Amino acid sequence: MSAGVATETARGLAGQVADPEIPVLTIEDLGILRDVVVDDDGNVEVTVTPTYSGCPAVDVIRDEVTRTLREHGYGEVRVRTVLAPAWTTDWMSTEGRAKLAAYGIAPPGQPGRAGPVPVQLTTWRPEPVACPRCGSADTREVSRFGSTACKSHHTCRACLEPFDHFKTL
Amino acid sequence: MTADLVAYAQRLGDDALVLAQRLGEWSSRAPELEEDVALTNIGLDLLGQARALLSYAGEVEGAGRDEDDLAYLREEREFTNCLLVEQPNDDFGATIARQLYFSTYQLELYQALRGSADQTLAAVAAKAAKEVAYHRDHATMWTLRLGDGTEESHARMRDGLERLWPYAGELFEADEVVQRLAAAGTAADPASLRDGWDRHLDATLAEATLARPDGRWLPGTGRRGVHSEHMGYLLAELQYLHRLHPGARW
Repeated sequence: MSAGVATETARGLAGQVADPEIPVLTIEDLGILRDVVVDDDGNVEVTVTPTYSGCPAVDVIRDEVTRTLREHGYGEVRVRTVLAPAWTTDWMSTEGRAKLAAYGIAPPGQPGRAGPVPVQLTTWRPEPVACPRCGSADTREVSRFGSTACKSHHTCRACLEPFDHFKTL
Repeated sequence: MTADLVAYAQRLGDDALVLAQRLGEWSSRAPELEEDVALTNIGLDLLGQARALLSYAGEVEGAGRDEDDLAYLREEREFTNCLLVEQPNDDFGATIARQLYFSTYQLELYQALRGSADQTLAAVAAKAAKEVAYHRDHATMWTLRLGDGTEESHARMRDGLERLWPYAGELFEADEVVQRLAAAGTAADPASLRDGWDRHLDATLAEATLARPDGRWLPGTGRRGVHSEHMGYLLAELQYLHRLHPGARW
């Protein structure tokens, strides 16, 4: 297997590792897999970037990527974490957004609109988030901080169900 | 210059670490479940920033110390966080006051540091600025709700703001380390952060029907390792397990 083919295969394998906190998403879907390089000896260097500085999933992802590649016969696996350029929800794939919605988590705002919006004190209103269950836009933000660092917590006024929203970052 | 960079990365890391520890104390004790989750999530972001900054301080220092060595094995006098972040949580109003003062400062700081001549500091700051924007929103929204809420919530928010006000001044002090690094384009000049901080604070307090405290700012001593009486207890809780079981892992 040439290094080029091996790199492509390794990237495919590493990319299929699931996020431990949102298991319907792979790290490829999330856009946190930045680079995979295989050298002539079959050793792999994988570069990932965290969604949030304190995201506890990074350690699990590192172990899973290493285990997966080792199982497929690769040599030494080194997983590097880089902070720059900073991850943004713009990097989440369209497929990833669809999977999130199907899983009951409202996906982040559309690409190009990323980034927390500074509070405009007198006119500030949270961006409306559509309910992933019934589709209604009549929802309420319960808390800006949800079950994980990357999510906020909402309630739908139409179907009365609570739901998570993957925050735009 | 290397020693300056180590000191600077360490004090930014210490600010984040100590505040993360304080916010973690709210776990299971916040006024409502959502707030329990919010305060600990903010702490988690800060802990992540502290890990990156302390790891970098250890790396530049070159003495083989990692993030854990710096967090768990230094003595109180070796911590260089500002006094504000080590102040007790007190009641919820005081915690929100501390969050408002600090996150407003930290957002200005990280936004400025995105342009640092030091690439690692710039990378940490670019990442963290986006997180801290959410922290400031959180503190701002609570200040509005408490300040413009009931008589009781207004009084508690006002008391918290007044009690913590003396410690806000240290955020804008620049010792020789910061002056040298700022001149080299590595550090943010704290004085340059003041306008943005004042603007956000004044707008928030006005909207929340709260007055800006008019007490004096105390000279800071945290950057040279002289802390308030609360720090020893905080470190005891932070470091206890690691010192009892060196190298313990989950």
